[in-house]
Amino acid sequence: PTTSQVQKGMEKLTKAQIDEKTTELVQYILMKDQKKIPVKRADIVKNVLKEYKNVFQEIMNRAQQRLEQVFGFKVVEIDAKNHVYILINKLEPAEGSEMISGNPKTGLLFVILSLVYMKGGVVPEALVWNTLKKMKVDLGERHPEFGDVKKLVTDEFVRQRYLEYTKVPHTEPVKYNFTWGQRAEVEVSKHKILQFLGELHSQDPQRWSQQYKDASSQRSSRAPQPSTSSQR
Amino acid sequence: MVLGEGHQRFIQTMMIRGIVNEQEAKTLHHHCCEVHKEHYVADKLEEFIQVVNSKLESLNMKIRTRASEDDGMPCYALVNTANNQLTRMSSDYADNELELFRRTMDLIMSSDDGTASSTDILNSADSLQTRKLTMSAAECLLKRLVSDDWLVEKQGDYSLSTRCVMDMEPFIRTMYDDEQVKVCAVCHCLAFKCQICANPLCTVKIHNPCAEKYFKKKPVQRCPGCSELWPNKVTECRQSVSQRQR
Ligand SMILES: [Mg+2]
Ligand SMILES: [Mg+2]
Ligand SMILES: [Zn+2]
Ligand SMILES: [Zn+2]
Repeated sequence: PTTSQVQKGMEKLTKAQIDEKTTELVQYILMKDQKKIPVKRADIVKNVLKEYKNVFQEIMNRAQQRLEQVFGFKVVEIDAKNHVYILINKLEPAEGSEMISGNPKTGLLFVILSLVYMKGGVVPEALVWNTLKKMKVDLGERHPEFGDVKKLVTDEFVRQRYLEYTKVPHTEPVKYNFTWGQRAEVEVSKHKILQFLGELHSQDPQRWSQQYKDASSQRSSRAPQPSTSSQR
Repeated sequence: MVLGEGHQRFIQTMMIRGIVNEQEAKTLHHHCCEVHKEHYVADKLEEFIQVVNSKLESLNMKIRTRASEDDGMPCYALVNTANNQLTRMSSDYADNELELFRRTMDLIMSSDDGTASSTDILNSADSLQTRKLTMSAAECLLKRLVSDDWLVEKQGDYSLSTRCVMDMEPFIRTMYDDEQVKVCAVCHCLAFKCQICANPLCTVKIHNPCAEKYFKKKPVQRCPGCSELWPNKVTECRQSVSQRQR
């Protein structure tokens, strides 16, 4: 719809209706984010806006504003073609909280993200499973904390867009590679990865010279300030 | 007035935690102010929460407090204030699962002690209007409802968790009769596990911890409503920090 169509649409709505839809949209996005499910515009229109679909952008703008001002969350579009959104945390992770000692799934995810990063951005799955095995996280056994590890890594983390699990063509039996997913690209700064690795191995991040240079340049870029995912 | 990062961090953490006890809330208040180098005054948790609530109100959200019915210790939870709880749960539970949860609530609301036995709940699974739930599916559902902190289980009896009561209060007050919606005569909050007056014509009910406080210095214990002798044994409530509800 054109700007004037949107304006006309907004004029027909009372303030109460606008506020009501904004509230619904905020709660919808929070609910999806809690499950780390990216939010699609089509779903917003179908489930929340319904007959108010003409004023999507206006209501979305208001919802984004509330999410930023009240919760400290920024709405980021990770797919501009299909209009898919996620929330990233504007608040920096607090010292002493979460990154390693909190949600164990996040620790596991960071191990994999770090591995992929250190290997230049793509890693064959065999290497990931071997690395985890060295940490006593074995694919073959049901893990007391993570349950079915393969499902967590190749299904849950992939669905949440932290990882991508792609087939390597012409392999028999079929082999897969891991790369960072869209959410990781946006949420996890390379700097945080190095910090994580440093803490893990109690070494100064500056010892990994090339990767550290790369991370420092990302930090000063104009891209939206990435931060580690909030703990869910 | 705009929320500071300390307030935002508090809200984010409350969303993740679900429910916290008083000590945890105080610690979190301190932590949030520290991290963002914002002005902190100990013992001003209530004021801090009021500021947060002033911004949550128009989003139909609120940080509420409720005392545990076991030990009287306050808990805090971030809940929705709109009356659409079951709709919101529908993203996590199937329609027949929600129906069984609703039946469980019905059983609890019409009980005299705020509980529903697992036998009664499982029997309801058979006669659902949406779709029948098998015995094992119903048992699984009950485990999930406990794990998601809607219900609490003790020796085969189920009651509403403190967080559930805080979240569902608008729904409960709307959907159930005045007779079923019991309120404590001392603190005026919803009462599920409580003492009742011996006088059959009197409707006064009092939480155990509220009774302990109310009758503390009274040599003769009389009902605040009808003045009959209060027959219930008023025991010393545990002053320990209340259990985490998760
Ligand atoms: Mg990628
Ligand atoms: Mg009973
Ligand atoms: Zn009371
Ligand atoms: Zn009485």
